[in-house]
Amino acid sequence: MRNRKKTEEWFFRNLMSAVTYFIILILLLIIWVVFQKGIPALSWEMVSQTPKGGFYFGKDGGLLNAIVGSLYLASGAASLAWLISLPTALFMNVYLVRYKKFLTGIRFLLDVLWGIPSIVYGAFGFALMIFFNLQTSLLAGIITVSLLIAPIMIRAMDEVLKTIPMGLLETAYSLGSTRTETAFVIFFRQALPGFITAFLLAFGRGIGDTASVLFTAGFTDYIPENLSQPAATLPLSIFFQLGSPIPEVRERAYAAAVILTVLILIISLAARLLPRNFKRNVI
Amino acid sequence: MIGRQLIDKLSSGWMLVCTSLLLLLPLAIGTGLLAKSIPVLEHQSFFSLLSSAQWSPMEEKFGFYPFIISSVMVTVLSFAMAGPICLLAAIYLTQYARPVLLRIMHPVIDILAGIPSVVYGVWGILVIVPLVADYIAPLAGSQLTGYSILAGGIVLAVMCIPYMLNLLIEVFRNIPRELNEASLSLGATRWETIKFVLVRKGMTGIISAFGLGISKALGETIAVLMVVGNVVQVPGNLLEAGYPLPALIANNYGEMMSIPLYDSALMLSALVLFLIIFLFNSLSRYLIYKTELT
Repeated sequence: MRNRKKTEEWFFRNLMSAVTYFIILILLLIIWVVFQKGIPALSWEMVSQTPKGGFYFGKDGGLLNAIVGSLYLASGAASLAWLISLPTALFMNVYLVRYKKFLTGIRFLLDVLWGIPSIVYGAFGFALMIFFNLQTSLLAGIITVSLLIAPIMIRAMDEVLKTIPMGLLETAYSLGSTRTETAFVIFFRQALPGFITAFLLAFGRGIGDTASVLFTAGFTDYIPENLSQPAATLPLSIFFQLGSPIPEVRERAYAAAVILTVLILIISLAARLLPRNFKRNVI
Repeated sequence: MIGRQLIDKLSSGWMLVCTSLLLLLPLAIGTGLLAKSIPVLEHQSFFSLLSSAQWSPMEEKFGFYPFIISSVMVTVLSFAMAGPICLLAAIYLTQYARPVLLRIMHPVIDILAGIPSVVYGVWGILVIVPLVADYIAPLAGSQLTGYSILAGGIVLAVMCIPYMLNLLIEVFRNIPRELNEASLSLGATRWETIKFVLVRKGMTGIISAFGLGISKALGETIAVLMVVGNVVQVPGNLLEAGYPLPALIANNYGEMMSIPLYDSALMLSALVLFLIIFLFNSLSRYLIYKTELT
């Protein structure tokens, strides 16, 4: 009896640790495979040139249009989302802080919105585009992606603001500051490091998202000059090139996947390290 | 003095507008998609759309049945693989492992969650599809390309791991330590404590974490699209190609405007996806919120 128990425990313990290391192994495997396949195909030309004629048939050129397009789109979307998210998160934590039930409801809804797949946002963005008579463009892409990342951003900001003690709010009021001043001066400074993390997280999501820009941002060989032009993005460029029957073009897709992965790794590293420099005003 | 008050009024208004806009977003998505899908609903009844297996947009026949079945198969398969793995890993990380491992695991989860789905797709094409074609398919005695429901399920399982694992770790962390100690002091082994006390106590949390993982899997588009084969058919077994609902929407955005009712049908499938995932998500989140309160 005793022995059976011990065997069972021994078995499950080893199974569980094996499974845990298996997860770490998978991550390493994914990164290794993508890099090992993509790095040989990577060249300076890929990063520094836009596609020349016949790029998608294996001729000269690079992916600069997609890289710049992705950066434009993600920074535009993250900035627009910031403009909606910042007031919402502050509103929740300064104005609504006494209405606990209502606040829980809002958080609940935001969490649910987080789980809505990006293809649905893409389809909604498309419906909006038709409604407002817009063409596929950088602007349409930015609006769609910002809707997608706003819930993520708000919840990340909210998690930081939640930890600020009530005493700070009361002190600010008792010294005669208005609610706006409390929100934008006192709470904002306290939460700034967290806000930067939230921004970068959302930026990373925006740069990697494919399904929502498929309908709305379009695709082009040129770097967009204004908001009404279509913009190429890295994920879509990988996606299109992988569908090509020419092996050389598929190799380039692997190289583009390396560029995208490196960008994401840099952003998530920055999200961990950068906020440390903004802790000056935090008590 | 009046200036300050005025600024306060103005910015309060702005904050209120932003918050309300966001709260109205689900409603806006629902209405927007519904408005676009009304033409196809007038053409064919909702239930015949869902249950018909006939898909030929040129003849204005839109049957979603093959896509729904493919979606269900891929999702169930990925859940069957990722669910147990995440549960075991979460128990190990919170109950047995040294704290160092958990600290290593957090960035691992972050990075796995941050990798764009198109990169998972690339990985799937490079690793999983050949694996299925060269090793798994011959076992079943079939010669196929490897682009299959099975490949889609495996890639999805890997993509779901960070979400589920993260939530499950939170669930086990929120269970009070005293419960653990009480059980151990009564003479139960650690494994018995986990099996009879912790898992039972955390059941609602575990179920809702699984629910969120499933709804994530259901909506995932690009990675699955790249490895699942995309053939309109009701797949007979796991090694056949499938065509999940999100892939249908993403794959046909190019030609949908040129065929009558096609765009409307695709918008309807987005609406169906939205409603299912919204309900599923709400239910899972509701369970999570309830467990955190008690």
